[in-house]
Amino acid sequence: MAIALTHARTARRAVPPSRAALAVVLLSAALITGCRQDMHDTPRYEALEESDFFADKRAMRPIPEGTVARGNLREDDVYYTGKVDGEVVHTLPAQITVDKALLDRGQQRYNIYCAPCHSTLGDGNGTIVQRGYKRPASYHDPRLRNMGIGYFYDVITNGFGQMPDYSAQVAPADRWAIAAYIRALQLAQAGTIDDVPAADRGVLEGGAPAAAPEASHGGGAAHD
Amino acid sequence: MSQIFPRSANAIVRFSLVGVLLFGGLVASIIGMSMRSDYVTGANSNVDQPVQFSHLHHAGGMGIDCRYCHTSVEQAASANIPPTKTCMNCHSQIWAQSPYLEPVRASWKTGESLVWTRVHDLPDFVYFNHSIHVKKGMGCETCHGRIDKMPGIQQKSSLQMEWCLDCHRNPEKFVRPREAVFTMGYEPEGDQLEVGRKLVQEYKIQSLTTCSTCHR
Ligand code: HEC
Ligand code: HEC
Ligand code: HEC
Ligand code: HEC
Ligand code: HEC
Ligand code: HEC
Repeated sequence: MAIALTHARTARRAVPPSRAALAVVLLSAALITGCRQDMHDTPRYEALEESDFFADKRAMRPIPEGTVARGNLREDDVYYTGKVDGEVVHTLPAQITVDKALLDRGQQRYNIYCAPCHSTLGDGNGTIVQRGYKRPASYHDPRLRNMGIGYFYDVITNGFGQMPDYSAQVAPADRWAIAAYIRALQLAQAGTIDDVPAADRGVLEGGAPAAAPEASHGGGAAHD
Repeated sequence: MSQIFPRSANAIVRFSLVGVLLFGGLVASIIGMSMRSDYVTGANSNVDQPVQFSHLHHAGGMGIDCRYCHTSVEQAASANIPPTKTCMNCHSQIWAQSPYLEPVRASWKTGESLVWTRVHDLPDFVYFNHSIHVKKGMGCETCHGRIDKMPGIQQKSSLQMEWCLDCHRNPEKFVRPREAVFTMGYEPEGDQLEVGRKLVQEYKIQSLTTCSTCHR
């Protein structure tokens, strides 16, 4: 449309025909390249695009009831519910191996999806709670410390009380990683000097200030 | 017969030749500039949205990670715009009566989608994929600017082909460590080009400039 404006101005000034011809050629070139329709918006759907065809206007179709998407058959109860016969499990399912990569992933996912409320420390005083959300119990509460690890998986999947579920945002593998990381957080907060390898104790005892920030980031949890 | 034109006419011819070239150059550069102008590319302008959602508050003030809402940015082509449920995670309790959030509550009740207006929109003949860029250390900030300072989203890059190519030719000018992809206000430790060259090697970043990379 900027081009349309320039066009009007040239016409008013009544330039000689040859220049006018040149201007017309250049302007039509500009107009052709400036046109943002046809191929820019082809009749195919992009992610989340609005559709006139479906009643709910969603081009991205929900899965029809009673169907299972490929690779989404959830037969393994322990892995997909965190429970056996209605009781939460106390150990991680067999598919999950505990290593640094799992805890790193858990820490990263926890900090994205849980820390806004539960805080990076797990004490339940995150930024959203400070702005008026209900304050959850601290993970360092003895009740939660003794809870089976499947409980955390279950709460992420189904929610708990006022807390909504996070099943749409966190995939099953990541839920287990988060659960493992919460356990590590609990152990880290309950740690005593005896848990520290003898070789590293001098560092902690000599430099108390250095130990505090590490613990408060929960970063020390991974190698406990 | 004497010459029709005096000698001095030669100078006029030369001047007008130069003049034509200059004029042509001027027209070309005006067109060139207007094609790159914000007006044509749509950069730096505000877009009306059904809810005045503010990244300044949510991502900046409260420090919520981009992935809390843009869940698929690491795995898929599209970054994903969060569904109403994601807003209700918090707004079932926080500002639960605010008139600004009325459309969100209405959508939650009726199940009808909130219809956000796209801010960034490439033509359909261009293929773009977020996941590869995130994996190879391209920060949100590099392409989208300081999102954490925007009350309403504005497009900060031209999104023209030359913009894509500028980075595809010289990725070392922009690459950052993977941990910093979601960081806003990242500063390289030392010289960007030096750090960048190391990261390009470490992440095995190729320079993809064949047409079929983006037009497929
Ligand atoms: C929007 C804020 C919010 C977010 C984000 C959040 N929670 Fe919660 N969570 C709560 C609140 C509030 C409660 C307490 C609910 C109640 O008591 O009604 C709670 C309770 C819990 C409990 C049960 C504690 C108990 O007392 O038994 C667990 C476990 C838990 N959350 C884990 C998580 C995990 C894991 C995540 C990340 C995937 C997460 N939460 C994200 C707010 C949140
Ligand atoms: C609380 C949820 C939430 C968080 C956190 C969030 N966003 Fe968004 N984002 C949205 C919503 C909703 C929209 C659509 C409305 C709009 O465009 O303002 C959006 C739109 C965008 C857009 C424009 C999309 C378009 O239409 O072209 C960009 C770019 C973006 N977000 C980047 C980011 C980045 C980068 C971060 C992290 C710093 C981030 N967002 C954090 C919810 C969020
Ligand atoms: C993690 C929690 C959280 C999520 C998720 C969230 N918000 Fe918010 N939102 C807040 C908080 C807290 C405030 C209050 C801001 C403040 O105190 O600075 C707020 C404020 C707002 C306001 C301003 C309300 C007013 O009356 O001024 C709007 C509008 C809003 N949010 C829209 C949204 C939308 C739309 C979404 C979904 C894309 C969303 N929010 C997701 C926590 C959240
Ligand atoms: C290499 C540049 C680049 C980087 C890096 C990048 N984006 Fe984008 N983003 C784009 C382009 C281009 C579009 C428009 C895509 C389209 O129209 O198909 C876009 C679109 C979006 C949208 C709108 C929805 C969509 O996917 O079309 C959101 C939300 C978004 N980006 C968020 C993010 C977040 C969060 C990050 C950081 C992890 C990020 N982007 C990193 C270039 C980039
Ligand atoms: C800030 C730098 C940067 C910008 C800007 C950028 N890219 Fe890229 N792009 C990259 C890097 C780095 C790669 C990965 C190269 C590799 O595979 O090693 C990449 C890869 C790609 C790929 C290959 C994906 C695949 O699956 O093969 C596509 C397609 C692509 N970019 C499209 C675009 C488009 C379209 C734009 C402009 C709208 C754009 N990029 C802008 C850095 C950038
Ligand atoms: C890095 C990604 C990328 C590569 C590689 C690329 N293009 Fe493009 N191309 C784009 C984008 C993005 C646009 C859309 C520009 C716009 O909207 O202004 C585009 C637009 C175009 C257009 C349409 C221009 C118009 O104004 O409508 C043509 C023609 C084109 N490209 C040809 C090519 C050719 C030929 C090559 C190979 C030499 C190529 N492109 C390589 C990203 C790319």
